[in-house]
Amino acid sequence: MSWNDLINVLPELYLTGSICVLLLFDAFAGARYRNAMHWLSMLVLIVTALLVVAAQRVGPATAFSGMYINDALAGLLKLFSILAVALVFVFASPYLRMRKLAAGEFHTLALFALLGIMMLVSAGNLVMIYLGLEMLTLSSYALVALDRDSPRATEAAMKYFVLGAMASGLLLYGMSMIYGATGTLSLAGIGATLPMSPHYMLAVFGVVFVLAGIAFKFGAAPFHMWLPDVYEGSPTAVTLFVASAPKLAAVGMALRLLDLGGGLHPLFPYWQDMLAVLAVASLAIGSLVAIVQSNLKRMLAYSTIGHMGYLLIGLCAGTSFGAAASVFYAIAYVLMSTAAFGVILALARTGFEADQIEDLRGLNQRSPWLAGLMALAMFSLAGVPPLFGFWAKLLVLQAAIQANLLWLAIVGAVAAIISLFYYLRVVKVMYFDSPAEDRTLIATSDASLRWVLSLNALALLALGVFQGPLLDWCLRGITG
Amino acid sequence: MTHWPFLSLLIWVPIAGAVPVLLAGDRRPQLARWLALLAALLTLAVNLAMLPGFDYHSAAMQFVESKPWIPMLHVHYALGVDGIAMALILLTTITTVLVIIGAWQAINSRVHQYMAAMLVLSGFMTGVFAATDALLFYVFFEAQLIPMFLIIGVWGGPRRVYAALKFFLYTFLGSIFMLLGLIYLYLKSGTFDMAAWQALPLGMNAQTWLFFAFLLAFAVKIPMVPVHTWLPDAHVEAPTGGSVVLAAVMLKIGAYGLIRFALPVTPDAAQHYAWLVVALSLIAVIYIGYVALVQEDMKKLVAYSSIAHMGFVTLGLFIVFMLIRAHDGDAAQLGLQGAMVQMISHGFVSGALFTSIGVMYDRLHTRLIKDYGGLARVMPWFAVFMVFFAMANTGLPGTSGFVGEFMVILASFAASPWLALLAAFTLVIGAGYTLWLVKRVVWGTPASSKVEAMPDINAREALVLAAFAAFTLLIGIWPEPLVKLLDPAVNQLVQTLGHSKL
Repeated sequence: MSWNDLINVLPELYLTGSICVLLLFDAFAGARYRNAMHWLSMLVLIVTALLVVAAQRVGPATAFSGMYINDALAGLLKLFSILAVALVFVFASPYLRMRKLAAGEFHTLALFALLGIMMLVSAGNLVMIYLGLEMLTLSSYALVALDRDSPRATEAAMKYFVLGAMASGLLLYGMSMIYGATGTLSLAGIGATLPMSPHYMLAVFGVVFVLAGIAFKFGAAPFHMWLPDVYEGSPTAVTLFVASAPKLAAVGMALRLLDLGGGLHPLFPYWQDMLAVLAVASLAIGSLVAIVQSNLKRMLAYSTIGHMGYLLIGLCAGTSFGAAASVFYAIAYVLMSTAAFGVILALARTGFEADQIEDLRGLNQRSPWLAGLMALAMFSLAGVPPLFGFWAKLLVLQAAIQANLLWLAIVGAVAAIISLFYYLRVVKVMYFDSPAEDRTLIATSDASLRWVLSLNALALLALGVFQGPLLDWCLRGITG
Repeated sequence: MTHWPFLSLLIWVPIAGAVPVLLAGDRRPQLARWLALLAALLTLAVNLAMLPGFDYHSAAMQFVESKPWIPMLHVHYALGVDGIAMALILLTTITTVLVIIGAWQAINSRVHQYMAAMLVLSGFMTGVFAATDALLFYVFFEAQLIPMFLIIGVWGGPRRVYAALKFFLYTFLGSIFMLLGLIYLYLKSGTFDMAAWQALPLGMNAQTWLFFAFLLAFAVKIPMVPVHTWLPDAHVEAPTGGSVVLAAVMLKIGAYGLIRFALPVTPDAAQHYAWLVVALSLIAVIYIGYVALVQEDMKKLVAYSSIAHMGFVTLGLFIVFMLIRAHDGDAAQLGLQGAMVQMISHGFVSGALFTSIGVMYDRLHTRLIKDYGGLARVMPWFAVFMVFFAMANTGLPGTSGFVGEFMVILASFAASPWLALLAAFTLVIGAGYTLWLVKRVVWGTPASSKVEAMPDINAREALVLAAFAAFTLLIGIWPEPLVKLLDPAVNQLVQTLGHSKL
């Protein structure tokens, strides 16, 4: 261990220390300072982001003998994860206050999950990947169960936990086989020794299990069972979290394991087919099952599955352009889903979750601004130009065609048409229907939520028009 | 060449103008109307200011603007117009002004949103015609669905939700496959520049796939048989302004797309499958004409008549290939020219007819033919316009409807007299359904006391109808300026189509 190692992991070190301090603060500060948790957490996020930027200047480098990688991709994913968590904190704060949910635990658990994400996307070793993943998922289980008196949330947490534990087991099993085939845990080492390994087929077998673990993290079909229940059952504030930053972690984990020259890249022909199957299944389930949902959160859950299908198309290509397209897609997805869930949170109030599609009826007449923001999010999710979501789809489709996977691109195109229908239905409910008489929609009065949500949704338009720098950044993240 | 970025202004002035219109809010509809009219007039003024600087003898793109947009993908914010695009942009800006005036009293709820949607739509449509970068074209092509979807869905009739969803899904269905085609062409050529694609050599197999991707995208938009079924629904349910824009401009975008992509990028596949498109066009002209004959809803009748007239446009576009095969360049040019004139003419005539139906609907709130009758007695001024537009729709010499149809029929005659005979059927059927409509609505005795109480058109309505009538007459009597505007671009297109890419 040297100074350099410490400088590279400084953001993580700082975050760990701060979380401990926040934990103590929450335990002893008493009810009077509850709101302070929010601002302190935001402060921690800002400092962490600055440290990530500072650490980028030292890199690209590896620390702790290749256990930890500090490169452009890690920096990119970390910064957007921090941004996503910050958005979650802002959007969730009024909701938590109204529901009298434990804001202290929410913040510390989310920060722990963020720590897990940061370790995961910087992992250069199978052990680090597992460590980061467990940190992220264990915090997520607890977050889902945050509303402990709600049977639905408890059920969702149980389901998530049982399936998640199984997926972790599969992942570990696969990792052990790869270790057996190559004799190393380091991803760079695996990439180097795999082609000459006498136990090549063992590693191929291991890839199957590793992919299952990755697919579970993404929520890709057929490992998607937990996702709709967790989305629907969790308090919306937690759903927002689960739907945002962890997707960046998943794409980071997939890229570390599969792509970027090292890791399992020598087995590309094997995992390409498997990923293609996952992508097609996700696209099919995501687009078809979402149509029949009446619960908005559940519909968005299926839409997530579909979006993960697109993201996997990018990974399938196996090119650096494809990898960049997936990262771009993950970022786009995160910003779109925070905007969509943000609108739900802005409409939720005591005794009213605003989580049924019908609840949005006539929103345009009650609150045209919120309706406009939601419409932006929906059109963007549907991939209608000029919004952000369109460019994400364009890039993955291009990556697929470039890699001679035209059939996969066509599947993606068909899924886009089918899924368009249910996004349009949300717009239809908001704009074409008249408001329900018995229920009034009241937009939140929380100023920071309103402003940040507006910025979030307008960013979908702005990034749709000026997407060049972000795309450039994603490509640099992949190619170094 | 330094000049004002006229085309950017044409696109962004209405879109920027939509912001203050939206800010005017629900409580100040009058302010929203005036602001919208101001923005539309400003756009029209910019467009008219371009005319003196336009070179009528050049087929090259003019008023060119190009800036890198997404350097990683070589996408440019590239604009430029030739005669074909210019004519269609003029149609767009003029129609927008008329539509906004036409909606002055017809739209009463959420006026600011309606006006803003119209302005944004106008900007996007101009963008489609002005884009010389394929991805920019696609972005505008798709983006215009959003405002139109809202216009149909929010201000439409009883079945508006069905119609709006059908409209959006149908168009999206067609265009997403075109997107795959565009990506393929980009990967093949390394650029999204449409002019470069015209020179790109392509094998027959690739051309065939691309041709059908383009055909699907644009056939839905035009719409051609058998993917036309969204149009009657959309037209019937859309508010008057929506129908006018849909018929006058949006349908032309489909034909424009064929001219820009399907014809020059994949000429050999288009040549090979020209028979298919010609057959579909003739079906549209004849069969859809018969379908129009039995309609009881006026808007539906005009919608079907639009499909039949657009059938003439696609006929004109693809008859060209048969003529090129026969080395008859002059007739080929005539066919293309006729298709273009027909497009512009149909824009004004169908826009006028939908406006006329809107005028009647505003008074009686029904679109059924049987509820009317004897309008000539109670609304003499209106009857004058209505009969005039009906005549234009049947292709009476002296109106714009005649010029385009005549040119296309002449060209078809050069290809095959039998084709011309079938195409000329439209003159009979078109006259049939249009005149019968006039007979039942305008002549005769008033159907009810409500009809007798209908007030004649006011000055605002007269202004809109008179403007449509003026353009219809102008093109009918003196088509030369329009033909001159189109000539170089059409000429060049015929040249391009003559060269095989194989």
